Amino acid sequence: MAFLSDTKIKELEIKANDIRKSIIEMLLSAGSGHTAGPLGMTDVFTLLYFHILKHDPKNPSWEERDRLVLSNGHICPVYYATMAYAGYFPVEELKTLRKFGTRLQGHPHREYMPWLETSSGPLGAGLSQAVGMALADRIDKKDNGRFIYCIMSDGELDEGNSWEAIMLAGKNKLRNLVAIVDRNNIQIDGFTENIMPLEPLTDKWRAFGWHVIEVGGHDFRALNEAVVEAQAIYEKPTVIIAHTIPGRGVHEFERDYKWHGKSPNKEEAKLALDELRTLGGKIKSEHQ
Amino acid sequence: MSCELWVEKLKASTNSRASSPSINLMLNPNLKLNPKIFNSDVEQVPIRKGFGQGLVAAGEADQNVVALCADLTESTQMIFFKEKFSDRFIEIGVAEQNLVTVASGMAAMGKVPFCSSYAMFSPGRNWEQIRTTIAYNDRKVVIVGSHAGISVGADGGTHQALEDIALMRVMPNMEVISPCDVIEAKRATIALAKSGKPAYLRLAREKTPIITTEETPFSIGKSEIYFMPDMGLAQVGIIATGGLLYRAIMAAKELEAEGIKTKVMNLASIKPIDTEAILNLAKETKALVTVEEHQVSGGMGSAVAEVLAKNFPVPVEFIGVQDKFGQSGTPDELIEHYGMGKKSIVEAVKKVLKRKI
Repeated sequence: MAFLSDTKIKELEIKANDIRKSIIEMLLSAGSGHTAGPLGMTDVFTLLYFHILKHDPKNPSWEERDRLVLSNGHICPVYYATMAYAGYFPVEELKTLRKFGTRLQGHPHREYMPWLETSSGPLGAGLSQAVGMALADRIDKKDNGRFIYCIMSDGELDEGNSWEAIMLAGKNKLRNLVAIVDRNNIQIDGFTENIMPLEPLTDKWRAFGWHVIEVGGHDFRALNEAVVEAQAIYEKPTVIIAHTIPGRGVHEFERDYKWHGKSPNKEEAKLALDELRTLGGKIKSEHQ
Repeated sequence: MSCELWVEKLKASTNSRASSPSINLMLNPNLKLNPKIFNSDVEQVPIRKGFGQGLVAAGEADQNVVALCADLTESTQMIFFKEKFSDRFIEIGVAEQNLVTVASGMAAMGKVPFCSSYAMFSPGRNWEQIRTTIAYNDRKVVIVGSHAGISVGADGGTHQALEDIALMRVMPNMEVISPCDVIEAKRATIALAKSGKPAYLRLAREKTPIITTEETPFSIGKSEIYFMPDMGLAQVGIIATGGLLYRAIMAAKELEAEGIKTKVMNLASIKPIDTEAILNLAKETKALVTVEEHQVSGGMGSAVAEVLAKNFPVPVEFIGVQDKFGQSGTPDELIEHYGMGKKSIVEAVKKVLKRKI
């Protein structure tokens, strides 16, 4: 599904806005959780689940599906919300996030939600699992039609395990592996370049044998073209470094690392929902 | 000598008349144990070699079996699998965190990965990765920790894994198997390839006397009495795991000569643990000694004590490393120095006898 029409982009924008509203609502209901990352990655998730991924929400264990590994499990509100809108489970269930007995654990757990490809939360381990999946595909000669996507954060590139995976993927020229880095420049303690500088990030990935694409993380057309390019690269794994705005969609939350690991209170959530309902003041909210 | 050769040799020796029939009568006759076990020239082979052979057999039986290694292919004996199934072998390099997480990803695609390194590095270095991506995910991956225990010897304390049983047995979903000899290691490897659960297989570097034969039963979760009095009940039960089982049996033989009747159990399957077999032994003897090449806290002895405390408390003496790190030396020197030799086991049996209520 390479071609992205203007009509489709409009649909994706509406979908992404719904998902962002659900993220705010579920975080408010949970009373804890991460806000900035999920809002920042909503456009990437929306494009993947509603345009890119080969998957079947009615048959989640379909053997030929693409695999999506979420490495930075703490952004799971966007993962859950997107999957709910895609039809994996009822949207109403999103409000059970982080509550006792829920399938929507604070960080993703396969035992509770078996159609997840993995459990995650502790950082730096997702890409190596995706590498393992791509290696298995290569052994089975299935690395031509199916893709393994790994969504990871920039902060988790502090983890040595991430670079072990990057090195191994480069060595093995894993053509059906696509890493997508949420380059939002924040982590819990502050800005990435203050905590542990990652730049020159593209040079680092290139030096490890990867094809590197930099792209704006809120531009559906550019993101789509990046994925198509990644799929076309035959001799290397590809990383898409998606420059995103943490907290995207809610002016008050944007670019502020303090929103990395906390959830909005009632007033903050109302402010956020008002802004999302009016598309940033462009339209009149139905609730005003 | 190749694995096949010594197995042949062993079969031949099984057929010949045993050298000391009275003592051999004390080996559990149902288990078809090595009749030459009490001979001074008993065959000695490293336990890890059995893993190498078992992995090839598992690979032949199931094409989904894959092997991953962190730059120790020869010493962990994975080399035989690599030579036979090069397309199913992944060299990870010196990166143990990657070793197990890549294995988890392969298991997610239906592969049956075995990943090997030294126990000190895997699970020593990559415990959280094993917990989250293998145990928490309930992925069928076998983590093979070679060169476990003090008997690694000259490499010194940095390389002597004495905490790995504790680390692995506390993990939900994880099985923990510690074979006593090369043949049991081979059987365990083949069984783990079929088990469907995440598992830890603990292996040792040093040559170890062969106790079992190809006919000896092995199943995960089951433990057997290997040595028993020729008549009457036992006064003390010894439960041993890994290569020290041989010393436990030798201690039992010596105690028998002194008139102290003992039974020796091989507890290779530390998790799942054979509660029934342990309780039967405890009820018969009312006094136990556990023997392992591991810290006394958290290991096999602790697992046995948990079973006893809950069901049938009896006095226990724990043979193992007493909250210390190891050092360089020969395996025998170190086992004696840290109180895990035959003499220490004999003393522990006498001590626990006095504690019997």
